[in-house]
Amino acid sequence: MRLAARTLVGICMSVGLLAVPAAAQQSITVAAFPAVDEIVRAALPAWQQLHPNVEVKVVSRELNDHHTAMTTALSTAVYLPDVMALEVGYLGRFAQGAGLEDLARPPYELRRYQSRFVPYAFEQASTPAGAVLAVPTDIGPGTLLYRQDLLAKAGLVEADLNGSWDGYVAAGVKIKAATGAYLLAHARDMKDILIRTGIRPGEGMYFDKDSRPLVTTPRFVRAFELARAVRQQKLDARVTAWSSDWSEGFKRGGIATQMSGAWLAGHLNNWLAPSTRGLWRAAQLPEGAFAAYGGTFFAIPRLADAANKPLAWQFIQLMTLNRARQLAAFKSQDAFPALLETYDDAFFDEPLAFLGGQRARRDWRTAAGRIRAVQVHKQDAFAREVIDTELDKVLERGKAIDRALADAQRLLQQRALR
Amino acid sequence: MKPLPLPRLSPRWAPYALLAPFLLLFLVFGLFPLAFSLYLSFQSWEPTSGLAAMHYVGLDNFAFALRDEWFWKSLANTGWLALASGLPQHLVAIPLASFLHLGFKRWRNAVVGAYFLPYITSSVAIAILFSSLFSTDYGLINLLLALLRELPLLGALLPAQAVDWLNDPDALKPAISMIVFWRYVGFNVVLYLAALQTIPPDLYEAATMDGAGRLQQFFHITLPSIRPMIFFGVTLSVIGGLQLFEEPFILTGGKGGSDQAGMTAAVYLYRNAFDFNDFGAASAMSWLLFLVVALLTWLTNRAFRPRAR
Repeated sequence: MRLAARTLVGICMSVGLLAVPAAAQQSITVAAFPAVDEIVRAALPAWQQLHPNVEVKVVSRELNDHHTAMTTALSTAVYLPDVMALEVGYLGRFAQGAGLEDLARPPYELRRYQSRFVPYAFEQASTPAGAVLAVPTDIGPGTLLYRQDLLAKAGLVEADLNGSWDGYVAAGVKIKAATGAYLLAHARDMKDILIRTGIRPGEGMYFDKDSRPLVTTPRFVRAFELARAVRQQKLDARVTAWSSDWSEGFKRGGIATQMSGAWLAGHLNNWLAPSTRGLWRAAQLPEGAFAAYGGTFFAIPRLADAANKPLAWQFIQLMTLNRARQLAAFKSQDAFPALLETYDDAFFDEPLAFLGGQRARRDWRTAAGRIRAVQVHKQDAFAREVIDTELDKVLERGKAIDRALADAQRLLQQRALR
Repeated sequence: MKPLPLPRLSPRWAPYALLAPFLLLFLVFGLFPLAFSLYLSFQSWEPTSGLAAMHYVGLDNFAFALRDEWFWKSLANTGWLALASGLPQHLVAIPLASFLHLGFKRWRNAVVGAYFLPYITSSVAIAILFSSLFSTDYGLINLLLALLRELPLLGALLPAQAVDWLNDPDALKPAISMIVFWRYVGFNVVLYLAALQTIPPDLYEAATMDGAGRLQQFFHITLPSIRPMIFFGVTLSVIGGLQLFEEPFILTGGKGGSDQAGMTAAVYLYRNAFDFNDFGAASAMSWLLFLVVALLTWLTNRAFRPRAR
């Protein structure tokens, strides 16, 4: 009995001794959303080789929940992660405040690496005052995905589709007549891409640099006119992205084209419409338009634990400046790299079975270099909603376009300087 | 060995100790948020910059809220929904309770329970259920309308096409009102049934002997007797209706629907804070909404208080 007790004490003591170095082990927390969380987890073996004593805890939440949680964490400085993944739309909002570390300053000096990133992605993370608040990790070069078989049935070729926007709509009429398929999912998609093209340098999508709303400019008028033309000729399926009718439309060949980020080809292949493999092709957007659809960044919260910041920075460097990690994320999750030195990899030249053997990654690489960053504004989320509402009124109720845009302009003026 | 005596609470401190759990929770989850939102309504705050980033702006947020078209739009939506879902609740619940009171003896509790069930069902489950019921092409409600359309006279009154309940701004408000009505009518039935049971049966017996019919009894005995309960029920409906949030929020994916037709004041102030990052304006709007609720509650009180004879 006594022996047993002594053994027990001995075990406890040795466990205690063993636990001492374990307790000294450092750890950092990375907050992310799908599929960035998977990319981070996949990088952990590489991280462990570099820092065997630093554990990385991955906190994963759904996209919107993640950003709400990050807003709360930044506002109260409680439960702040050491590294924060941010989607580009939210980065714009977070960049308005002072919650993120300026990575242009020492000890980070991110500008030294600027030339290694896709230019527009780096600019998206920069503020007019010269701060750089996040490091781009993946980007979403815009592309026009189309059903080759439906196009052929209508006697059309790719150039008919992406020559001009008017040509795109005219092609839609022929596709509808020959195959019954809609040109695109929703007339709103047409507006969304057109307001993104032809933005002058220094301008935002909805506001100029002095917070004056731009929604009555020809850019918006044309976007609304073409969206209305699409609706009037019944060329849109009137379904919203990610709805079940949307994926059903792809599966059944009811939707002939979709403008989106290059990553959509991966989603179509994996789960949206795997049965349509080989029928799709990718083209550049009509009229020489280049636009970005999404993108992910890593940032360090300003009020995060200072002792962990050097490690957090090293972790971000591993994720964003390491060719092998960037390519791994590209291959496993279709996360198009923001790091330019990956662009000579053979993976870009591989044919894509889903796109009928097309080497589409080369086109997307070209597009990535041509996209220009757009200045973000604090009220972009509100502006988007106002514009969508007015477009609905134009499409559903026949409201005159100039009146709709004037109403939007008035609403945005009221809120622009808040 | 004698067990140790439990520490005794002196009668002097007992009330404080017993009240402490409630007071503590109330302070943390009740009073503090109230006070903080009042404080925030006078501040401009970029939340991602941290708590230190607030600065005092006086009445700016209130001035903005009063000029904001969407705030007025959301108040109008709230009023519409409160009226369209609240009024029928009582107009149906009172006769229904009266009918259950007189017509059911043995099965009354089971029937009341069935009516009460929606009130205790999770809103998320309700939203999922109704999203599928209201589906344009496959929903049961449109299917029913299509069947009724076949009938000779009624058919002419019904819409000629399938109604896009959740995306058409004109159809969204009636859809939300239907859910709110369905959800809370049972609660009101329970209230009125409780009130009906307190009316002495002799009153009805005397009235019957005097030759009063069922309808006369209802208007001259039942209604006046349950007046205090009507006041209570209507007050709850006014407050609940003006704070309507869950049903429209879940049904419209947190956005308020096409043309913001389902964006109530509560949904709008939530969106102002969490979607548009404007906590100051959101707090100001919540206090303005409080003033509206207080005013309407006072008016309800005026309408239902006992009159001097």
